[in-house]
Amino acid sequence: MSDAKLKRVDLIFGEYSNVKYKVLADTLIRSNEEILKDLLDSGLRGRGGAGFPTGMKWKFTAETPGNEKYVVCNADEGEPGTFKDKEILTRVPRKVFSGMAICGKVIGAKKGFLYLRGEYKFLLPDLLKELDQYHEFSKQLGHDFSIEIRLGSGAYICGEESALFESMEGDRGEPRNKPPYPTTSGYLGKPTVINNVETFVNVLMIMRLGPDQYKKLGTTDSRGSKVFSVSGDTPIPGIYELELGMPLERFVDEFGDGDTKAVQVGGASGFCVPRKKFKDTVIGFEGVPTGGSMMLFNSSRSMYNVLHNYLEFFEEESCGQCTPCRVGCQQLRKGIVAVKKGDKKSVYLDQLMKLSESMKITAKCGLGQSVANSFSSIVNNFKEEMIY
Amino acid sequence: MATSDYLIQDLVEKYGRERTSLMPILQEVVQQKNYLSDQDMTEIAKELDLSAAQVFGTATFYSFLDTEPRGKYVIRVCKTITCDMHGKKLIIQTLEDMLKIKVGETTPNKKFTLLETNCLGWCHEGPAMLINEKPFSGLTLERIHDIISEYMHK
Amino acid sequence: MTKQINLTIDGINISVEEGKTILEAARSLNIHVPTLCYHEDLCVAGNCRVCVVEQENVKNLPASCATPATEGMVIHTNSMKVRLARKHIVELLLSEHNADCTKCYKNKNCELQTLASQMLTGDHMFLDLVPDKKYTIDRFNTAIIKDDSRCIRCQRCVRTCEELQSVSALGVAYRGDKMKISTFFENPLFEVVCTNCGQCVNRCPTGALIERNYIDQVWDAIYDPTKHVVVQTAPAVRIALGEALGMAPGKIVTGKMVAALRRLGFDSVLDTDFTADLTIIEEGHELLSRLKKALVDKDPKTALPMATSCSPGWIKFIEHTFPEYLPNLSTCKSPQQMFGALTKTFYALKRKLDPKNIVSVSIMPCTAKKFEANRPEMRSSGYKDVDYVLTTRELGIMIKQVGLEFEALPEEHFDSFMGTSTGAAVIFGSTGGVMEAALRTVYEVVTGREVPFDGLNITPVRGTEGEVREATILIEKVKPEWRFLEGVELKCAVANGLAHAKTVMQNVRDGKANYHFIEIMACPGGCLGGGGQPIPTNRDIRSKRKSAIYEEDMGMPIRKSHENPEITAIYKDFLEKPLGHKSHELLHTHYTPRKRY
Repeated sequence: MSDAKLKRVDLIFGEYSNVKYKVLADTLIRSNEEILKDLLDSGLRGRGGAGFPTGMKWKFTAETPGNEKYVVCNADEGEPGTFKDKEILTRVPRKVFSGMAICGKVIGAKKGFLYLRGEYKFLLPDLLKELDQYHEFSKQLGHDFSIEIRLGSGAYICGEESALFESMEGDRGEPRNKPPYPTTSGYLGKPTVINNVETFVNVLMIMRLGPDQYKKLGTTDSRGSKVFSVSGDTPIPGIYELELGMPLERFVDEFGDGDTKAVQVGGASGFCVPRKKFKDTVIGFEGVPTGGSMMLFNSSRSMYNVLHNYLEFFEEESCGQCTPCRVGCQQLRKGIVAVKKGDKKSVYLDQLMKLSESMKITAKCGLGQSVANSFSSIVNNFKEEMIY
Repeated sequence: MATSDYLIQDLVEKYGRERTSLMPILQEVVQQKNYLSDQDMTEIAKELDLSAAQVFGTATFYSFLDTEPRGKYVIRVCKTITCDMHGKKLIIQTLEDMLKIKVGETTPNKKFTLLETNCLGWCHEGPAMLINEKPFSGLTLERIHDIISEYMHK
Repeated sequence: MTKQINLTIDGINISVEEGKTILEAARSLNIHVPTLCYHEDLCVAGNCRVCVVEQENVKNLPASCATPATEGMVIHTNSMKVRLARKHIVELLLSEHNADCTKCYKNKNCELQTLASQMLTGDHMFLDLVPDKKYTIDRFNTAIIKDDSRCIRCQRCVRTCEELQSVSALGVAYRGDKMKISTFFENPLFEVVCTNCGQCVNRCPTGALIERNYIDQVWDAIYDPTKHVVVQTAPAVRIALGEALGMAPGKIVTGKMVAALRRLGFDSVLDTDFTADLTIIEEGHELLSRLKKALVDKDPKTALPMATSCSPGWIKFIEHTFPEYLPNLSTCKSPQQMFGALTKTFYALKRKLDPKNIVSVSIMPCTAKKFEANRPEMRSSGYKDVDYVLTTRELGIMIKQVGLEFEALPEEHFDSFMGTSTGAAVIFGSTGGVMEAALRTVYEVVTGREVPFDGLNITPVRGTEGEVREATILIEKVKPEWRFLEGVELKCAVANGLAHAKTVMQNVRDGKANYHFIEIMACPGGCLGGGGQPIPTNRDIRSKRKSAIYEEDMGMPIRKSHENPEITAIYKDFLEKPLGHKSHELLHTHYTPRKRY
């Protein structure tokens, strides 16, 4: 678009430094305290969606006693409408590995894993090539931290951190009870930092720019930039790196097709924002948080179909262990079908709404807890489309 | 099944006997044989000192670790809403017509299996599909024809 | 001292040890938080979510079973929010569940049903999902039936099979709405490594895993005038049956049980304890003969350690898992099967009955006994030695069916013959009991003196749950004919629960242990914790049953198997001598290697 109103940022996908692994080399000679201080100062929050302050996570893990610790990069990007990690791993894998290596130094880990979703197996040859280079350089730098790539095999839930550990351990990807958290008990029960691909790149950029310059991007609650995956009814689908804290209205102005009726922010587990709320919605941790998925729908789309598609997704991708998620997802999907077909009266939607609220507060992990987000926001805002 | 035995022995040699080796071993068996047979799973269980039910439990959890015979080329069409909005149904129909099978089925010559799958991460270029591990996005009917014809002759 | 944590539950302040969960804290205040997946014997799963509570200033409701108490926590176990959420969860479970309760074996003995009735579920809130589910029932097994339509996927069975038994015949398979509890490739239980131990049955909160019951067949036999129905009762039944009939755990109900069985119409009420004593004589001599072969004849093929063979769950386990050690198993049949073989031979002879008209029933604390009785090799009388095996629970049901007021029944005595037993036989019901009983006899046979333990109580071999018990008994001042045993330190090991059995066998295999004699019982605590015992089960209940067993032993006039007058008589009249020709024919058996995979 010619007169872009949103500030494009070139942080994540910015070019590599002239000297290979320069930022890593420069950072490795700094003290852990300094690195942690910069991270905490930067205000960086995890880019997977939950938004836990990265500096805190690293600090807790560093403080947990133990000589066996791990760094895990979560590249199990599976949220419908999200494809930014694929782009990052394609274009700037070196930044990811460098971020992981810095983490290894700070927490005292010698081993890192990148858990790559099975759907992205085609990235493997290039990633391994880069990894060879990394290992060569880390050796030169005297940094004892190796990285291994593990593959997923088609299970959305493995993006949940404890499910991911289970998967790496050769088990079903069923989320664990929390506490304990990964900072004390992660992969193989050892203290582990697990961060999203984008988070590790942000770390590297903070190391490169310094926290002060990094902080100039975004808002108080949402520092830095964010990589957005834009899809749906848009003339310009793709990957965009934008500042956090933007109003949704401006986003729609720029990316919409002029007839945008709703935007699903944060994928199937996120929120659906209808046109009338574009103005008051801010994208970021202070407003509607997102792992980066932005799906636009124009007025030709049936929001019933959209919701049905999401619920079918959850029904299949739930690990199935906890009652609210396993059975709740089936009930929500079959419930809206029954209302649509007229087998159930429209008041049944209220019953389902209450059920989704119960799922939100009782499910064992984030998957089950987040089903209510899309369910309630779509049903509330597009009730007429749900009814026969 | 002598060949099977060697494969699993080799994989155990390569990845080790720890439980953490289970996923890589299962993945590689699927890559080489398109699916996990009961003999292969029991063999793996034996090597890793797991129960067969445990291996079966892990395998059936993951969409890509098939426990029923699949064709040489497994086609997985993304069924997420954005691909759906951009014509996924027509793509499926075309594939069904070309391969003369329905979703979930395998061609009699064991060459193709047609499946649907959840988000492949190509929402900006939907509809998309995987053939084994190779992604194809921006699918149109013409492209489907070209791609499948090419695979048919492989 | 461990750190104390202070929290408030329903307005009551409480201090608990660090690491205790909210659930444990609530229970110590006698606040009952409902649970389904939680079981005291198993690791915490936290998957049913029915135990959620509200924590002030926390958005989500934590599962109390899986959340440790933290300082200053304020918990409400019954807020409106909690009540609605719990009701939703139970409603969800019901929507996936075949709630045709009157057709269910666990009717009125089901944890889900209890919760549903407490919550007044009434008209179901949600859609019935069962019609779309294509649930299957595995009824091909002689011991255990698995009905997926009753399953609530709490995974207690999976954890039991893995943690307590190290078998993992059951696992969790598939994902999402298709997730289910499954054997390997969904094969029927009889085709997989299941040992039929029934520990999963003991812990299943619903009717998804139940014993195959033979109640109607037994009634048919009782009412058939042409049939003479003999019943035998295992040692561990008499200390647990009361629980099935509303009594507190740990009550000895031997006399009432005998009275009840007579009133049910059994023609002869006999005691498996008799053949427990017989087992000791046979197995004791077998041990001595193996020791002689090893120590005197230096026969390298002598299989030592010798392992007990009373527990059919253990037998099937070793057949699957350590088939190369089958020669180490004592060839003695279990007391149940010895009894069955004698019923249709010796007993028939004595009572002048045609064995084909005898129906032999056993009451067992065990589900694996059902499988054992159906083994093809268990027909040495020329007939099926034991026709029907009922669990303690099934007997409880039969007693209720005829409306007997169990607690008011008089104390009666077993019939004779094959009704007299000793304290040594009674303790077969507890882990370490067979070992102790054998030692009481073997030591005396070899030395002519009683075992050198106060009151015959060989406490070093009395097993405990959750560990492998090892003991060494010094044999000295032996009789001349046993000179080769002078100064021998008899090394014994006792294990209960198949996970510990596995440890013992691995140690034997890896040469880490050098035992002469090992006793293994498949179930936690031994038969007293058997898969056929009354539900519920937990450590506390099992320890009460255990005390009752040793109390019963102490109260018996005779406490050594070889002093049982009926045993002396049966050798004189019928069997001739231990390990003799008749014994081999009727009392000993062989085993079948099976595949683990």
